[in-house]
Amino acid sequence: MSLNQDFVGRSFVSPVPFQVGREHIRQFARAIGDDNPLYHDVEAAKAAGYSDLVAPPTFLVNAIPGALGLPTDDPALGLDYALVVHGEQRFTLRRPVVAGGELITTSTLTGIRAVGRNEVLVTTYRYDTSSGEEVAVGACTLVSRGTAPPRG
Amino acid sequence: MTVTVGYDDVEVGTELPERLFPLRRVDLVRYAGASGDFNPIHWSERAAADAGLPGVLAHGMLTMATATRLVTDWAGDPGAVLEVGVKFSSPVVVPDDDEGASVSVRGVVEKKLDDNRVVVNLTTRCRGEKVLMAARATVQLS
Repeated sequence: MSLNQDFVGRSFVSPVPFQVGREHIRQFARAIGDDNPLYHDVEAAKAAGYSDLVAPPTFLVNAIPGALGLPTDDPALGLDYALVVHGEQRFTLRRPVVAGGELITTSTLTGIRAVGRNEVLVTTYRYDTSSGEEVAVGACTLVSRGTAPPRG
Repeated sequence: MTVTVGYDDVEVGTELPERLFPLRRVDLVRYAGASGDFNPIHWSERAAADAGLPGVLAHGMLTMATATRLVTDWAGDPGAVLEVGVKFSSPVVVPDDDEGASVSVRGVVEKKLDDNRVVVNLTTRCRGEKVLMAARATVQLS
């Protein structure tokens, strides 16, 4: 089944602010096998000029609402997550993400286009502090395999 | 920030030496837990086969994090990475054995920008295949 084009242009905002937690940064850093002291040792992070532990750049993926910013559990979109593969991902940081902060993420589905038998979903993100300052932006493409309508 | 690489000390063509990063099945399970991405194609042989995949795959975001690490370690401060972007070109199949998969990452300074920023192009391979394309990081040097 093809995806529902009515979803293009819609935005999804984190229902509650994402708390950037110390232990989550440590846990995420361990999961990517990275023992950088700035991810683990508060004193080392402070000595480097941060107010608390700094997050790895790709930690931002954790603050995206839903499944990479899409309402995959809304049957009206028609997306079968088992058929989805990740196409592209980008993050642009305006400032480092540091433990103790809050992030509010707005994810916008900007397009769904057919490429052969696949459909490519393009999503953009914006991360703000709870007081509205921009922390980062991002973009993602997801490939829904084999769901494009047959041509002709 | 405590960036250890000076802008004046690098040129277009400066290399970030290749490093090897092992990814085993347990690393995928750990990443699933830390990231909340519990898609079963990243831990279940059965789910991967049902989805027509050649095996259990590493999360793309884990491969991206691994490639980004070459740059955060080089710069000496993860806050120096201003932008990172990749295309996922080939899956990283992680067998359920003691070795798992070995991901190699090397980088080269591709461009020098203003304000002491550089663009590093990253080459990330697994079993000879390029697993990322157009993988670039913009880094703030001192």
